[in-house]
Amino acid sequence: MAEKFDAIVVGAGPSGNAAAYTLAKGGLSVLQIERGEYAGSKNVQGAILYADAVEKIIPDFRDDCPLERHIIEQRLWMLDDRSYMGTHYRSEDFNEEKPNRYTIIRAQYDKWFSKKVKEAGALVICETTVTDLLKDDKGRVIGVRTDREEGDIFADVVVLCDGVNSLLAQRAGFHAELKPEHVALAVKEMHFLPKDVIDARFNLKDEEGVVIEVAGTVTGGMVGTAFIYTNKDSLAVGIGCLVSDFKKTGQTPYSLLEKFKNHPSVKPLLEGSEVKEYAAHLIPEGGYKAIPKIWGDGWMICGDAGQFVNALHREGSNMALTTGRIAAETIIDLKKAGQPLSDANLAMYRARLNDTFVIKDLKKYKDLPEVLHENPQFFSTYPGILSKAAALWFRVDGIDKITKEKEMVQAFTKGRGIRGLLGDAWKMARAWR
Amino acid sequence: MNMIKVEDKLFQNRYRVDEGKPHIAIKNPALCRECSDKPCTTACPAACYLAEDGGSVTTSFDGCLECGTCRIICQDMSNIDWSYPRGGYGILYKFG
Repeated sequence: MAEKFDAIVVGAGPSGNAAAYTLAKGGLSVLQIERGEYAGSKNVQGAILYADAVEKIIPDFRDDCPLERHIIEQRLWMLDDRSYMGTHYRSEDFNEEKPNRYTIIRAQYDKWFSKKVKEAGALVICETTVTDLLKDDKGRVIGVRTDREEGDIFADVVVLCDGVNSLLAQRAGFHAELKPEHVALAVKEMHFLPKDVIDARFNLKDEEGVVIEVAGTVTGGMVGTAFIYTNKDSLAVGIGCLVSDFKKTGQTPYSLLEKFKNHPSVKPLLEGSEVKEYAAHLIPEGGYKAIPKIWGDGWMICGDAGQFVNALHREGSNMALTTGRIAAETIIDLKKAGQPLSDANLAMYRARLNDTFVIKDLKKYKDLPEVLHENPQFFSTYPGILSKAAALWFRVDGIDKITKEKEMVQAFTKGRGIRGLLGDAWKMARAWR
Repeated sequence: MNMIKVEDKLFQNRYRVDEGKPHIAIKNPALCRECSDKPCTTACPAACYLAEDGGSVTTSFDGCLECGTCRIICQDMSNIDWSYPRGGYGILYKFG
């Protein structure tokens, strides 16, 4: 296989598919290499798809894309051991002709996108693991080594879309190992239920969907969140926390998931379901400061491999699609101009990303990962205090409201202290800027 | 509480195991005895690492979900040699 391509894309997740599709549509010869049996067989996500990022690549994707439900209601829950306090936002406006967010099942969605990549003219080979990058004597990346026989393949540029672990760039010395405090481990189960049962339990009809994001004592004092997403006839139920916190506390991810599923507010939603899969995946949550250098002589990094996740807003797949698309557009433009795909020229990729929501949003929250990591009270102390305050407020028991208000204030000041409360407010306000 | 065991969870999954060719290896088993916390034995979502009486760690990677947690969590000791399985092998997600 001493072939040479304009570009090799490693990985067939959102960033790899976006890059390979855009490159092929741009008329370049593209080889995409995927280690799974098919595109999607190694990939895990909640999963929510944001239409805008897909539309910018495949405008009419709704025609045949395997979508589960469009989201009409977003619930945010703060859990303590026996209660939840929540805000729900539901709007008929989300029942629009071209909905904004959908739940998807990644194995099906990735397979669909991979078909589009092939139709666009890229050569896609699966069941092949890229083991190393090939460099020339000047250190320029000139291709990849695969685990196939005579598996060296060459290209003008290698686009690394190999996911959160980003092993290839690590092995090539482009960046260091991920830090435990910069990455969350999430585990997830797929719970199957008849569609009408899901509709009734979640107050839905037709293709409508609900997503529930959960924070609170269910993460056992660790920084993390849980979620329940409605698919057509299944629920994705998961929980994730920082790897550094798993290390510190010694809690197991599967017991955490069981604890969440058995929570009195969650259990009735899952009653009678059949579990058909258990998955685990890392999520890069280090934010802006954790982004490595994402380009060099003959190489670029997109998606999770470049740490492109907005943990607060649960956005990642849209950042993967966008970074993959813009990396490809940069290559196409340089090729058209007859420019080499050098370190200096590929810097345009990062410059272009700086002008998008990807870098703008990550920069906005650049201090948030540190603040949350260093202040676990947001996930442990506050849910209990809020629950206590709400219980006081809603219970009608002959105690006057002035006394109740005093008790509520006391719950906050005792639980966290005046200095703690002010400090937390200050830290959050700063991290939010 | 009705707690489902991790073995039963993994039983739901589809794998193609590369018999006799684990993609992960402990570099120096003696080093595990010196590791007091053994975070790999708790954090691995597939319970691939088992802390034995006497301080050693035994492994079985057939149920590995290829997440990478063990490699990252063992950074202080840097005692885990971690690669992806051969193309086509390992976990094969039906839903992901």
